[in-house]
Amino acid sequence: MPGSLPLLQVRDLSKSFRGVQALQDYRLDLAPGELIGVIGPNGAGKTTLFNLLTGVIPPSHGRILFNGYDITHASPDAICRTGIARTFQNIRLFRRLSVLDNVRIGLQTHHHVRLHQVVLHLPGFTSHERSLEQQAHALLDLLNLAAYADAQADALPYGLQRRLEIAVALATRPRLLLLDEPAAGMNPTEAEELMRLIARLHSELGLTIILIEHNMRVVMGICQRIQVLNYGRLIAEGQPEEIQQDARVLEAYLGVAG
Amino acid sequence: MKRLLPVLWIVGVMGLAALAQSALNDYYQRVLAVIAINIMLAVSLNLTNGFSGDFSLGHAAFMAIGAYTSAILTLPARTKAIVLPDLPPWLGQVELPFLIAILIGCALAGLVAFLVGLPVLRLRGHYLSVATLGLMVIVQVVALNWQPITRGARGISGLPPLTTLLWAYGLMLVTVMVIWRIVHSSLGRAMMAVREDELAAACRGVRVFRTRLFAFVTGALFASAAGALWAHLITAITPSSFSFLLTFNVVAMVVIGGAGSVSGSVIGAVLMTLLPELLRRVETALAIGGQPLYGLSQIVIAVLMLLVMIFRPQGLMGRHELIQVLAGLSGARNKPSSAPAELAGEAQRVA
Repeated sequence: MPGSLPLLQVRDLSKSFRGVQALQDYRLDLAPGELIGVIGPNGAGKTTLFNLLTGVIPPSHGRILFNGYDITHASPDAICRTGIARTFQNIRLFRRLSVLDNVRIGLQTHHHVRLHQVVLHLPGFTSHERSLEQQAHALLDLLNLAAYADAQADALPYGLQRRLEIAVALATRPRLLLLDEPAAGMNPTEAEELMRLIARLHSELGLTIILIEHNMRVVMGICQRIQVLNYGRLIAEGQPEEIQQDARVLEAYLGVAG
Repeated sequence: MKRLLPVLWIVGVMGLAALAQSALNDYYQRVLAVIAINIMLAVSLNLTNGFSGDFSLGHAAFMAIGAYTSAILTLPARTKAIVLPDLPPWLGQVELPFLIAILIGCALAGLVAFLVGLPVLRLRGHYLSVATLGLMVIVQVVALNWQPITRGARGISGLPPLTTLLWAYGLMLVTVMVIWRIVHSSLGRAMMAVREDELAAACRGVRVFRTRLFAFVTGALFASAAGALWAHLITAITPSSFSFLLTFNVVAMVVIGGAGSVSGSVIGAVLMTLLPELLRRVETALAIGGQPLYGLSQIVIAVLMLLVMIFRPQGLMGRHELIQVLAGLSGARNKPSSAPAELAGEAQRVA
């Protein structure tokens, strides 16, 4: 079946920091349109996995194929352009720029304008800027951030900053979205709202999503498949119900053989 | 209307420059020309120091390249045969129009910035500042020791006084308009993204190194043009003209005006040119026992800088542009709802 060709294929991915094995022999086959969760105790290697997938740090070992391309040693900006976008555990926005500019920076990844068009304000430049602005407003509408377009990014409340970061990631037109603890620090209502948003992005935009999350309600509620990491190793993989009853998972979280 | 605005600026500024050129005496004309040159220097330095976030201290080096190139290329062949007899023959013969000489200087400075930027822009923060300072020292030492071309410490004097107010304000307008348009485009937003968070910028597809190099090279081009104007205004250049003091002055203009604001750099440049000029008169007027108070102006300026840094560390304009502030003032009267977001941002910055 051509539809089930994996979008992302990870083989034997390992990373060690001065002898500490942060991730070991990780593997993943992700079909287009899947929404999977990666869980595990603190220090299990979840964020390291995202950093490897987005080229922020080089792997010690292993291979990453995205959409048929080998991106194992590609730079973060090249990986972004091939269609992988991420958010960060500790929100990374362009803090002193406006909400609109944050989104525009994401959008311009796929919109090129030439220097002479900029300097001479040629029609190419004007239409470029106009389409950037329209698309930015459309994205802000989609994420219910339209009212804050002109606010400075770091003036937004925490929950909205998380949502803005998702907007900026979406602006780069990803096929694969990596969300690193998007519900961290949110109250139950906000987390609930976020869960609905992620489900919507998944179904309406047809995005493939990998979600790192500690909030089990969120993970169990929307993920089709879950991987569990502990001490850098993949210890379990399966449907949410299977994971909830897996002895190794319970042990990793509670420290006792369940 | 929006399309007409640049035309209005050009006509307005050039008209005033032409008027000043015919009506004012030499002293005022010289002060006005220095203002235009300083605006060019501050606005171009702001590209790196304010927008892409690389605090360069090498601006004087690019200025020197522009000044020497233009000096050698425009000096009449007869004069060159006497003051620079050891020039290579083809360089001794050549006599170019001012504009061509300026453009060649820009190309050279841009090339140097590109070659130096390749290694130096791999550095960050203080390391980068010190490395660009090194560039300035290298250029100065070359100018000091490359006798056949630069006459070493004696410098080159008797340059044709080509820098009229029309030249100075014409090139200043080009500088400000080009840089204004760059920073208000995708290119400028990419620079600011790099300044705010390099890793986040890379993860949003910004080619970080290319963006920083572009800002550095573009800044160097305009610094070189300013250097050429300066050489033909003063009509004499020596290696010591392009010292750390000059870099320091331009950095001060950028910081006081507001790093990350084009209009801030313009304001900073005007203030930092006019104030010393005014205070110099006070020095002589406030003579105590027939002894003028030399040095007073430097002290007053230093104190003013301290005050700005204490009470407004982001500079007079911060990262805002004058037209935004003016629009904000008139807008606030009409719709006060936009104020809180602005204030919240302000409060966070202060905290």
